[in-house]
Amino acid sequence: MTSIAMAADASVGRRRWPTHIVVFLAPAFLVYTLFSIYPLIDTIRLSLYGADETGQQSFIGIGNFVTLLTDPNWSKPFWNAFRNNLIFFAIHMVVQTSIGLALAALLSLPRLKGAGVYRTLLFMPTMLSVVIIGFIWQLILSPLWGISKGFLAALGLGSLFAPWLGQEGTALITVSLISVWQFVGIPMILIYAALINIPDDLIDAATVDGAPPFYVFWVIRLPLVYPTLGVVSILTFVGNFNAFDLIYAMKGAQAGPNGATDILGTFFYRTFFGYQLQAGNPTMGAAVATMMLFIIMVGVLFYLFGVQRKLQHHLA
Amino acid sequence: MTMRDERPRFSRTGALAATALALVTLMGGIAHAETTLTIESWRNDDADMWNKQILPAFMAKHPDIKVTFKGYPPTEYNAALNTELAGGTAADIITCRPFDASLDLYKKGYLTNLNDVPSMKNFSDVAKAAWQTDDGKDTFCMPMASVIHGFIYNKKIFDELGLTPPKTTKEFHAVLEKIKADGKYTPIALGTADQWEAATMGFQNIGPDYWKGEAGRKALIAGKEKFTDKPYVDVFKELASWGPFMGDGYQAQKYPDTQNLFSLGRAAIYPAGSWDIPLFEQTKDLSFDAFPPPQPDGTDKCYISDHVDIGMGVNAKSKNPDAAKTFIDWVGSAEFAGLYANALPGFFPLTQEAVEIKDPVAQTFVGWRKNCESTIRNSYQILSRGTPNLENELWAVSANVLNGTQTPEAAAEQLQKGLDGWYKPAK
Repeated sequence: MTSIAMAADASVGRRRWPTHIVVFLAPAFLVYTLFSIYPLIDTIRLSLYGADETGQQSFIGIGNFVTLLTDPNWSKPFWNAFRNNLIFFAIHMVVQTSIGLALAALLSLPRLKGAGVYRTLLFMPTMLSVVIIGFIWQLILSPLWGISKGFLAALGLGSLFAPWLGQEGTALITVSLISVWQFVGIPMILIYAALINIPDDLIDAATVDGAPPFYVFWVIRLPLVYPTLGVVSILTFVGNFNAFDLIYAMKGAQAGPNGATDILGTFFYRTFFGYQLQAGNPTMGAAVATMMLFIIMVGVLFYLFGVQRKLQHHLA
Repeated sequence: MTMRDERPRFSRTGALAATALALVTLMGGIAHAETTLTIESWRNDDADMWNKQILPAFMAKHPDIKVTFKGYPPTEYNAALNTELAGGTAADIITCRPFDASLDLYKKGYLTNLNDVPSMKNFSDVAKAAWQTDDGKDTFCMPMASVIHGFIYNKKIFDELGLTPPKTTKEFHAVLEKIKADGKYTPIALGTADQWEAATMGFQNIGPDYWKGEAGRKALIAGKEKFTDKPYVDVFKELASWGPFMGDGYQAQKYPDTQNLFSLGRAAIYPAGSWDIPLFEQTKDLSFDAFPPPQPDGTDKCYISDHVDIGMGVNAKSKNPDAAKTFIDWVGSAEFAGLYANALPGFFPLTQEAVEIKDPVAQTFVGWRKNCESTIRNSYQILSRGTPNLENELWAVSANVLNGTQTPEAAAEQLQKGLDGWYKPAK
């Protein structure tokens, strides 16, 4: 009886192609193909072309990449942007993730009053436009009109003030920290969600066994949010290597002083669209974009195969 | 059943289609009676002036042509324009940046040749050079205006401290020392955060006196002079000496900060482009005038940067090329020059016809043309074609020199090295 029914089911399954799956997948697949995959592939195609002065394009193979990586006029700004991007990412990883973790831990304290208010306030900057963020922070840090100078002076630390956004040594760190300030809400919310999902009995058991609160945090709660920290890292990595808007809003496309805040996004913008008297070069721009895709892909693959598998193994 | 149902529906659709067709024809008729042109520009600040003063004057003469103005922020214009031209959605009339940016568009076939526009004869070769092919045969934009560099100063502060506008570099420095010693005001309003002011208001402003205007500019293109030569290094040396006189934290001071600093009366001297005049005039209680770049020691002749800055061309894909050319012809007329120069004091007409300028400070600026020789910015023609881009490099090194993070010699060397990498002057 059962075996006959199963056989009948199987034969039906074999006869009828699963149309409903295709129907359900189609909208997402079409939209994704049209707006993500096609532009991506076309960018890679364009990166293999060169253009003469009339704008006529011709296939040149990997010529653009050879120029980008070997001609010092291109490779110097490219590696400078790459290095700055790494620093930008490192600052986010260290500062944003740890502050996000700390805030999430504080928010998940069982007897915290007004947690909802804090959560909303801390998440607020993430929802603001980068243009507003850039404008506000430039005003705060402005040596002419900003409050930071007077604030430091009131604390007796006036001598510490410097035009941080304008100095080669400090501009990138300052911009990175402003970006951290804006986006710290995202790791905070993700980690917070993971923390409150930890079953209470685990913590209760540890407490009954006499574990002090910090020990509970380090040894029980933190390891249980490792997968979330992994997701946060990869989101930060992809976000940072695609970053452009905040730096463009605050430092312009030439990202000074002396290229100190130039990251791959601004370097790509100048190359592709041109800047002032520099003519735009779409094919070289596409090559830069392809390099960015490659860098991001290497990072993501490293995470998927190097980190995530270990994490799953560890938790299993 | 179904047949009977469909028949009336079909005929209804037919009627609808007929009506739509009639409407389209009708609208086509209207469009023919009134052509609409759109101007695209990076001068979004001037939209009001175009809509209220200039375009009504044209439309009064040509009631059949309606013109609208679309402005972009200056820094976004080039990217937006290139994208629109490539996509075929750009406006009929295109505001032309000088030299290569527009030449590039012409070579790609985006701009119409304007050799046969009658009013083109009102312009000198120098004025037209910014929008011609290298051989000077084809002109593709109508010259509109130039901007002049100099120094705007706050008259009240100068009176209060008993100062007179300096004529030589020595006097300039004496004036700066006095303002600094007084301590109430910032001597020079200039910031390096946006970088371009360092090159444009600094290097290109005072430079022509050092490299002797057009002679030096042409020698640079011919390869007879180098950025590492004394005149150019001396310009950087002079710039390097400005640092101590600029506002506190000038490294993070942006262009709008600088404008505010001066219009609030907190700074005495503003290295300027003449386009700043309208802004300062809107400020109540600010009385200001201008002096030309102070003469360096041992020079007697004066040179000013009188830079051809803005022109107008016709999109080759415009649907109304005749109306567009009619408009461009009018842009070359003395009537337009008068309207434009007085609506926007600080943009000076390039036409050879007499144009009266009413604004007193703009008069001061344009008055220098009588005694001094005009030249244009030396990085604009031909030399900014390669990689690294000379103009961008110039921004960066000028800002570095003002910030004190690069020596004048190193700055000059970086420029020349970048240029040598790709530029082989014709022998």
